[in-house]
Amino acid sequence: MTESVKQDVALPTGWKASDSPVKRAFAKSRLVQVAAGVLALLVLATVFAPLLSLHNPFDPSNLDLMDAFTAPWSQGMGEMFYPLGADDQGRDVYSAILYGLRMSVFVGVAAVALSLIIGVPLGLIAGYAGGWFDTLLMRIADVQLTFPVILVALLIFGIARGLLPEGYRDDMAVFVIIVAIGLSDWVQYARTVRGAVMVEKQKDYVLAAQLIGRSQTAILTKHILPNMLAPILVIATISFAHAIVAESTLSYLGVGLPPTAPSLGTLIRIGQSFLFSGEWWILLFPSLVLLALALSVNLVGDWLRDALNPKLQ
Amino acid sequence: MNMTTDTHNPVPDAVPVLRVHNLSVTFDTYKGPVHVLHDVSFDIFPGEILGVVGESGAGKSMTGSAVTGLIEAPGRISAGTVELRGLRIDTLQGEDLRRIRGKRIGTIFQDPLTSLNPVYTVGDHLVETIRTHLPVSEKEAEARALALLEEVEIPHAKERMSQYPHQFSGGMRQRVAIALALCAEPELIIADEPTTALDVSVQAQIIALLRKVCKERGAAAMLITHDMGVIAETADRVMVMYHGRVLETGAVRQVLDAPRDPYTQVLMAAIPSVHQRVERLPVPEVGGGAVAKAVPWTPKPVDAAAAQARPLVEVKHLCKEYDLSNGWLARLLAREDKKILKASDDVSFNIRKGTTFGLVGESGSGKSTVARMIAGLTPPTSGQILFDGVDKWSPAANTVAMRRRFQMIFQDPYASLNPRWTVEQLIAEPLVVLGLTSGPAETAERVQEALRRVRMKPDDAKKYPHQFSGGQRQRIAVARALASKPEFIICDEPTSALDVSVQAQVLNLMRDLQDEFGLTYLLISHNLAVIRHMCDDIGVMQRGKLVEVGESQAVLDDPQHQYTKDLMHAIPDIAHVH
Amino acid sequence: MLVHLLRRLGQSVLVLLAVSLVSFMVFRHIGDPTISLLGEDATLEERTALVEELGFNKSVPMQYLSYVGKVVQGDLGISYRLKRPVADVIAERLPATLELAMTAAVLALLIGIVLGVYTAIKKDGWLSRAIMTVSLVGVSLPTFLIGIGLIYVFAVELRWLPSFGRGETVKIGGWETGFLTSSGWAALIMPAITLGFYNMTLIMRLVRAEMLEVLRSDYIRFGRARGLHEKSLYFGHALRNTLIPVITIAGLQIGSLIAFAIVTETVFQWPGVGLLFISSVQGVDVPLIAAYLMFIALLYVVINLFVDFLYVLVDPRLRKK
Repeated sequence: MTESVKQDVALPTGWKASDSPVKRAFAKSRLVQVAAGVLALLVLATVFAPLLSLHNPFDPSNLDLMDAFTAPWSQGMGEMFYPLGADDQGRDVYSAILYGLRMSVFVGVAAVALSLIIGVPLGLIAGYAGGWFDTLLMRIADVQLTFPVILVALLIFGIARGLLPEGYRDDMAVFVIIVAIGLSDWVQYARTVRGAVMVEKQKDYVLAAQLIGRSQTAILTKHILPNMLAPILVIATISFAHAIVAESTLSYLGVGLPPTAPSLGTLIRIGQSFLFSGEWWILLFPSLVLLALALSVNLVGDWLRDALNPKLQ
Repeated sequence: MNMTTDTHNPVPDAVPVLRVHNLSVTFDTYKGPVHVLHDVSFDIFPGEILGVVGESGAGKSMTGSAVTGLIEAPGRISAGTVELRGLRIDTLQGEDLRRIRGKRIGTIFQDPLTSLNPVYTVGDHLVETIRTHLPVSEKEAEARALALLEEVEIPHAKERMSQYPHQFSGGMRQRVAIALALCAEPELIIADEPTTALDVSVQAQIIALLRKVCKERGAAAMLITHDMGVIAETADRVMVMYHGRVLETGAVRQVLDAPRDPYTQVLMAAIPSVHQRVERLPVPEVGGGAVAKAVPWTPKPVDAAAAQARPLVEVKHLCKEYDLSNGWLARLLAREDKKILKASDDVSFNIRKGTTFGLVGESGSGKSTVARMIAGLTPPTSGQILFDGVDKWSPAANTVAMRRRFQMIFQDPYASLNPRWTVEQLIAEPLVVLGLTSGPAETAERVQEALRRVRMKPDDAKKYPHQFSGGQRQRIAVARALASKPEFIICDEPTSALDVSVQAQVLNLMRDLQDEFGLTYLLISHNLAVIRHMCDDIGVMQRGKLVEVGESQAVLDDPQHQYTKDLMHAIPDIAHVH
Repeated sequence: MLVHLLRRLGQSVLVLLAVSLVSFMVFRHIGDPTISLLGEDATLEERTALVEELGFNKSVPMQYLSYVGKVVQGDLGISYRLKRPVADVIAERLPATLELAMTAAVLALLIGIVLGVYTAIKKDGWLSRAIMTVSLVGVSLPTFLIGIGLIYVFAVELRWLPSFGRGETVKIGGWETGFLTSSGWAALIMPAITLGFYNMTLIMRLVRAEMLEVLRSDYIRFGRARGLHEKSLYFGHALRNTLIPVITIAGLQIGSLIAFAIVTETVFQWPGVGLLFISSVQGVDVPLIAAYLMFIALLYVVINLFVDFLYVLVDPRLRKK
């Protein structure tokens, strides 16, 4: 009781009501600014990949086998300049990275979107309605949580492989992996939203809305959902980072994106086979870009979580 | 505000246990230094209890923290001295400071639930503290711990030593906290809002215990609280604070009866009394010059027709049961081992039109449950609620027309307004949902009208709740409740979370509106003084049952039921100085 | 407490049944055992005989029951690829994975908790900040990259450690262990670090967050006001409260190590069940996939129960009065 009593006069809590604590925290941390900058750069590179790359490395007509294993920052046999070198098929590593980045980000975003679409509504309903739906959902979530992403993804991949005819496997790989990662991550969203809804449900403003006779749907969408945005955003950022790592791991294992439309993980897999023979650039540059992507997303996500945490304000 | 010097000194030659001189505390925020305490000076002599009273933000807790060196960064002591029997303690650091704490100064905090470590037994807490300060063996420490528990009147002390904090009730936990403060025989005890989180009846016991313990040991004590009644019952002298400054210090009786500072004068008058009803409470204004005395209340003449009319709300044999037998482990531990909880047990009363009915009781009495059932939020297990003759829980009552006649004001001003909505959206919602306006223009006009009525500014409509203080938020809640022009408003502890001065404002506002619009109120509160001030009829609830009901004057002046008598007796009242 | 544990036991059984159902569906409906086991040239009689032997001509519920019955007895079917009983194959490869996982778990727990406590207590020091930054990198790095990086540095450049395999192993009873030879340990170091790194950073950040939260609580403040030593506040009061929620999460994390071993085993060609599983997925070796699923489920259920039990033991608020 005294907590709210204390707030009646402006105590030095460190922030004025109209300031945004998020903006302030951003201005304070140089590291986060750099991370955000890197992230923005990478996203732009993703969007403009065809424009930024030197050629489409996955169109066989563009490749010149004579240029295979060209060292970084040097000219090939013909006119082409390879800023980051060329791989065993004469593909420009720089361009391959851009296209690979595009795939990685695309899969990450799509997987997050899928998890969101499944997890948030389920969490909302479970948290608000409670009862058998809630119990059922939590049991399913428990069961699913027993299996880590990799396992679920592998399982789905295996099933898809068993069911799909041979020729379609490569084309469907993108969708399979998006579904695999999306289906394994929805639980986080559902749980977080459910927990947050259960807290908000107790608050008096929900009672006030029920009093005047608003429907349950209206209360959920207009009153409760806007208060969920902060936790959802935090989960989404972290889960995006997870998705990227998961996708690259699966591609590395050979059960993700194929070499015909590779992601950064696939490129790394290809590159590893050349590690011992000395063509280090085929492995190193995709690895660095993957690291930069994951790291910047995590940094921004971490900072976002702290900035939006009401307990720390 | 003048700083009135202390003229009351019991033994002129005695050395004060605590001497604070010109103490100032500053917080270094990102916007520059904020001064939280200015030039605070006071003494406490051995064997005396100094009450430190003031509203929120007055700096009373800050003063207590400054004495024990518990102010956390970015706060710091920017000026002044603190001396404990001549030794300067504000400059102590590290080990020196640690040795003082607990050994020479004992502290008691407000919330006994969070003050104790949930995974340590009560015995562990005590033995650890004793052995930190006194060179005794484990066995001896246990013996001392036992003696302390008995001194704070915990029954079956020996068995309870090995129990965990969650196995004790709130009052018992606070007794343990007191025992912990006394472990090393301190010379000074600082109690920061020790009874605020407790029920009224328990509060009285703890206050008495504190007083007994201090007097018996001859320790000096600093009792920090916002409740003037507690001060009146316990303290010898009192120091009134406001916005980080000391307004007045003196003997309790003198400050209560004849305060010198004009702010204090009005502050004392703004506290509702459980013994007398007044028309309106005087509201303290900064800078003095406010209404000093309140006019006693006179009953309005009641015409015969109104007296014969059907009561607006009739509650008949209302029951609500909760089945806890399949509860989760945590729920089973929080309540007693009951299978069925009777939150309401055969409650019946009537509310006359245009009056205020008060439902009073302690926590767990079921008053909020009754309110929720009447509001239509919780379905009763059995019983009837008739609103103007219509059964509230029948399908006939589930119409827009019916819903327009009800509204509710909730206790927590922070939880009753959706933080993501603007004030305008919040007040407009009932208007729009209940179909009371023809279009956005009319809605905006009515929102402005509602804001005017609660004396807020027109451009407040575009702001968000977090930009307002607790009292302002409660006014917004009142505006929202009134916007749809209801006949009947249920007020669930509307001022419990507010300061005395803000409470006075809100209660006055409610009375003004009742007079202007002929509203009927159901007021739920645990504060008997507020009930007395506001209500015409009251009902007293205990553990789900309505033990006494009737006209408020009759019930409070001449209670019939033992529980009501106990409640009246337990209230720390300003009139009662020991 | 008893009620609670019984309920958890019941849930566990349900989980196992659910997983067994999924396993069964996978087992039964994906791939064609007659082709995989007998080859393309098998005659009709051979196929019919196999179908009869495998019981594929009975009704689906009957098949499910017999499947569960067989599983309980330890008969997990015949691997399509390896043409050997699945149970044998798994049993052979299990010790490798278990040893790897155990080592990684111990590393992760020890280092994670120690660093977590340190960075919470000294949260503004430069060393703490450095450790936190490294931990952030650790959470962002995919496991396989760590493995590759380690291989490059220690196997390719420095040539100190082997880049694949288990080294020499010693067979004790049915268990092949690498703990008893120096080459076994040399081969274990990099994979264990790779496997445990992610969990270590996770545990470290968890412990740090919990401890910071606990250090902000009222009872720590009250303890300080009573004049208790900072050391007993940190290690007596705060640490105990911190470790309680950490136990659950850490326990579950350790369980996930066995599953995550898949990646590490691939990078280092470590001959464990993880590598086995990958090959099964690529080769659509259905009985193995199904068996691995059941195995993981069983493992998790056991670990979950154990952690639950531990939690009730440790947190007095959960014990009945």
